Amino acid sequence: MIIHTPTTEAQACAVVKSVFASGIPLAIRGGGTRSGLGRPSQAASTLSSAGLTGITLYEPAEMVIGARAGTPLSLVQETLAERGQMLPFEPMDHRALLGTEGAPTIGAVAAGNISGPRRINAGAARDSLIGIRLINGRGEAIKSGGRVMKNVTGLDLVKLVAGSFGTLGFLTEVVFRVLPKPERVVTLVWRGLPDEAAVGLLSTALGSPFEPFAAAHLPAGIGARAFSSEVDTGSREENASKQRAGAVERSNWIGNGSGEARTLLRLENFSASIDYRAAELATLLTAHGTPEMLEGAASEALWQDVRDAGFFAGTQEAVWRLSLAPTNGPRATAAIANALPQARWFYDWGGGLVWLAVPDADDAGAAAIRAAIKPLGGHATLVRAPDAIRASVPVFDPMPEPLLRVTAGIKTSFDPAGIFEPGRMYAGI
Amino acid sequence: MSAIAFPVPDESILARRDEIIAGLSRLVAPEALITSADERRPYETDALTAYRRLPLAVVLPSTTQEVAAVLKFCSAQGVPVVPRGAGTSLAGGAIPQEDAVVIGVSKMNRILEIDYANRVAKVQAGVTNLAVTGEVMAEGFFYAPDPSSQLACSIGGNIGMNSGGAHCLKYGVTTNNVLGVTLVMLDGSVVEIGGAHLDSGGLDILGLIVGSEGQLGIVTEATVRILRSAEGARPVLFGFPTSEQAGEAVAAIIGAGIIPVAMEFMDKPAIEICEAFAHAGYPMDVEALLIIEVEGSDAEMDAQLARIVTIAREHGVKTVKESKSAMETAAIWKGRKSAFGATGRIADYICMDGTIPTGQLPHVLRRMDEIVKGYGLRVANVFHAGDGNLHPLILYNCNDPIEAQKAEDAGMDILKLCVEVGGCLTGEHGVGIEKRDLMTVQFNPEDLQQQMRVRAVFDGQWLLNPAKVFPLEGRVAA
Repeated sequence: MIIHTPTTEAQACAVVKSVFASGIPLAIRGGGTRSGLGRPSQAASTLSSAGLTGITLYEPAEMVIGARAGTPLSLVQETLAERGQMLPFEPMDHRALLGTEGAPTIGAVAAGNISGPRRINAGAARDSLIGIRLINGRGEAIKSGGRVMKNVTGLDLVKLVAGSFGTLGFLTEVVFRVLPKPERVVTLVWRGLPDEAAVGLLSTALGSPFEPFAAAHLPAGIGARAFSSEVDTGSREENASKQRAGAVERSNWIGNGSGEARTLLRLENFSASIDYRAAELATLLTAHGTPEMLEGAASEALWQDVRDAGFFAGTQEAVWRLSLAPTNGPRATAAIANALPQARWFYDWGGGLVWLAVPDADDAGAAAIRAAIKPLGGHATLVRAPDAIRASVPVFDPMPEPLLRVTAGIKTSFDPAGIFEPGRMYAGI
Repeated sequence: MSAIAFPVPDESILARRDEIIAGLSRLVAPEALITSADERRPYETDALTAYRRLPLAVVLPSTTQEVAAVLKFCSAQGVPVVPRGAGTSLAGGAIPQEDAVVIGVSKMNRILEIDYANRVAKVQAGVTNLAVTGEVMAEGFFYAPDPSSQLACSIGGNIGMNSGGAHCLKYGVTTNNVLGVTLVMLDGSVVEIGGAHLDSGGLDILGLIVGSEGQLGIVTEATVRILRSAEGARPVLFGFPTSEQAGEAVAAIIGAGIIPVAMEFMDKPAIEICEAFAHAGYPMDVEALLIIEVEGSDAEMDAQLARIVTIAREHGVKTVKESKSAMETAAIWKGRKSAFGATGRIADYICMDGTIPTGQLPHVLRRMDEIVKGYGLRVANVFHAGDGNLHPLILYNCNDPIEAQKAEDAGMDILKLCVEVGGCLTGEHGVGIEKRDLMTVQFNPEDLQQQMRVRAVFDGQWLLNPAKVFPLEGRVAA
């Protein structure tokens, strides 16, 4: 296995030009923590961004940061945190779920359109990605977008590349829009709700003026382990936060640890607004019971598990990610549970993102899952499964002929020799 | 004015006009086909009125199937097609050409479905931007992108141009608020992309379609996000002695972690023009005005405004004037949103749309003033200060061809300046024909060729809105 590690854009162009002539496929690699996403790699050699690191632009007052693609995500986040800012879309960390090690890179966040719970309010990675530099399959360095957030000049290739998993080219530099970190973050927790009522609660909250930034539901039995860690790390802060919030119940936030269903709303704002909005939401949603309020480490740990699908880390199950209209989330899971009784799931994005774990046998439930979603509209992506299954089951939803033709055409327009990650997203493309 | 070239009309198409019209008449209802010169006249230009071309015919379909039939026919006949929403493009995005059929979506103006629980609306492409908000306002919801032309402009046109508005600092532009489209491709096939859900896997073809200026297909329906309105909103006027101080105040507000829902800048000429029109109570003794809008409960707005006022004072603000009533709020926004129309009452103007890094603001304001004065003209500046999207209005007399040419030249110089300082040619209006020949200033040949190769996947024959976006020379075909 040859690993190319260019340290300049020109070197990267030269590598691609040489490969273009030979036609030998290249895997594109950042930190390697997400290499299990998509179909199994069929490449003989690797083009790594490890040699392309460093922040290239940071203007806090313009809310924009740029970095070479191989820059560790942690460096970008630390640089932003020093000035009280953050990436708006809360990118998921796949290491726990996929059992990988290494340092995630900012380029892979762009290439995979990697977002998290905040997506419902602040948009996905693709919404904050405002500029890219990319080596296409001809070995040409091209740019799209730039460093300003309002830019409609020419075709938006930035969007195409976001989420293309290296199949269209090798990113060398990315520019993201950023936002100020909120002064305070709290999580309201309701207990014991069945899925449909919980999603109803989340829909009401998301349709209220009180602006939840994240909205999730963990059915009974999901995350009992994570729950116990809340007790260890967060109790003092929770108690402090509850002193501040009048309408939120002050007692018994610890609960019984039995893995009861929990419905979560996260508020982010200036401190006084948090108190006001938490109280208003508690009143608005009073039919569902009185919420507890988590703050600090306990709140963070819980959302980290939601963001990273940490509840499914370390198990043998295959893991799917379903994107649906939020009220269709419980409908889809009910239908899937009929066909796959061992399925477990939880909801993010107000019900619109279902994380689903099923036995990793046969087709990993693909036929049943896609049949359940079909009448509802939406998309199912196979995130974790043994290579053999990801090679035989379409990882992304199969497309109708015209879109398949367009997808293949776009791939060829960037990469005429088919050298970048062939077959990573769709067999034969 | 002569600077922007159109492709030479294809004589063989012009010669076949009767045959083409006969073909179209078999595909759509008689009232949907416009052929007489008088009735075609309203379609010869858009809001870039200095340029006009009478199209071969105009078709106003009522259904996606009719759009598909017409596109299939036109592609088989090799006839160019110019998609049209409401015809409000300032960039000439909907200006036709003599050998082209205009497909207008104005009759497809139904709101198909509102789903409050999932916070989406499904609408036909000809629905106006403001009609979406109008439909959901009673329930406390709104559609976020709010271009100044929102009373007239269509959702289809907004998708074509990836339109923005005054409130996108917080809520994003069209591409951040569209979840799905029904797209008719050039060969007549109809595809659904996205839906009522957020991100799908697979290539983000939806993201590519938004802002593609009608060059990849025709959008006939869209599913857009609707958002719950804040409890209240209050615009406040901040008058500054200099533009620099206003610019620094904007940077300091963002630096303090405050993202107001809108931050709009007007310079003195713009203040005078808009005040004379809207009587909004704008301060007249300042050089620069910021309209900053905050949202939330009364207490939240008070708290946020207190912070903003403190910062503005640190940057020498001269006047602070809060809206005290819904009527005052409406007048303040009326003044800003009618800036283009109000300017049109005193002179002809061309409106530029470049974006710059906001840190370059003082430099760019100074240079723009020098550029326009160098041509012996006047400029009024309104822009979205939080995101650096400039709208200099260059005033001229359109009956004076020399002055008209100077205005166009001054505009081009300003856009080159935007690119030079790290910005771009267009923040929300689109390239159209207006900025087509400047694309080589922002992009090198490889960048443009990659875009054109992607374009060719959808339209290898260059039939869809062909005179736009890409310079006429050096085009890449399939």
